[in-house]
Amino acid sequence: MPKFSVEIIIEGKKNARDPEGETIMRDLMIKHGYDMVESVRSGKILKVNLEAKDENAAEEICLKMVNELRIYNPVAHMCVIKLVK
Amino acid sequence: MPMNVVVIQFSGSTCDRDLVNAMRNVMEWDVDFLWHEKAMKNLEKYDAIFLPGGFTYGDHLRAGIIAAFTPVMGKVKERAKEGVPVLGICNGFQILVESELLPGALIGNETLRFSCKWTNLRVETERSAATNIAKKGDVWKVPIAHGEGRYFLDKKGLKDLNENDQIVWRYTTETGELTKEANPNGSIENIAGICNLEGNVVGLMPHPERAAESTLSPWETEDGKFYFQSIEKFLRRS
Repeated sequence: MPKFSVEIIIEGKKNARDPEGETIMRDLMIKHGYDMVESVRSGKILKVNLEAKDENAAEEICLKMVNELRIYNPVAHMCVIKLVK
Repeated sequence: MPMNVVVIQFSGSTCDRDLVNAMRNVMEWDVDFLWHEKAMKNLEKYDAIFLPGGFTYGDHLRAGIIAAFTPVMGKVKERAKEGVPVLGICNGFQILVESELLPGALIGNETLRFSCKWTNLRVETERSAATNIAKKGDVWKVPIAHGEGRYFLDKKGLKDLNENDQIVWRYTTETGELTKEANPNGSIENIAGICNLEGNVVGLMPHPERAAESTLSPWETEDGKFYFQSIEKFLRRS
């Protein structure tokens, strides 16, 4: 069975304030000269290695898993699944 | 009145003994204090189920999510549907939310810090299992101790929560005013605790078990007792 790497990126919804992202932008990036930065959102990333019959199946397994196991809370978070090539 | 209640312990529960102490030594209840796998075997015999505070499974991924998937929570859901009071305090509230027994999410405090301090809770409804001896507008002094206590819900959910009288407590000043400063974690609409539609499932971030004895309070208050006395009354009624 072929092996695949998938990234599961969990980020807060835009209407939930992200004080960590705000602090990183305000107190690190902008204060140190990167004042072109307009926004920063912090999040969590899970790097998953798995076996699947093909790329589509690998993504489908991860999609099913994140919803079934509430890997993100749909009330507060968004979740993106990306196959790493 | 004989109280047949259980406190369920998970890996990483840390406020379980505080809760059992308040129940046994302050309220004089008979309490079973059980590991979650053992609790699962005879959960049907209890009149009320308590999920204590702590950091179950290290708060990994998200506070409460891993405990929410333990088999005992399936049984807790069944009992909740039957109308049995299910009370979650702090991490217990997080478990109730992640189990979808209560709506919303509890996300990182806006301060980005773990916060351990006394708060003032205004009772918003008298119909929940944990507030039915209180009067709407009463203010209780109860401490918080959490890093992920910011209650969050979308606009539609919030509207439903308000319309269905599911908001049980809000953080206020000691005179009951709703201010930004009184909100310790950035919770939406200063929400500190909520209940389900029926009022038997109740989640609260602050710790009433740490506020039930005058020796624990700088003001010698015992406001946490109102929480437990309400549950007694709720059980007498049902």
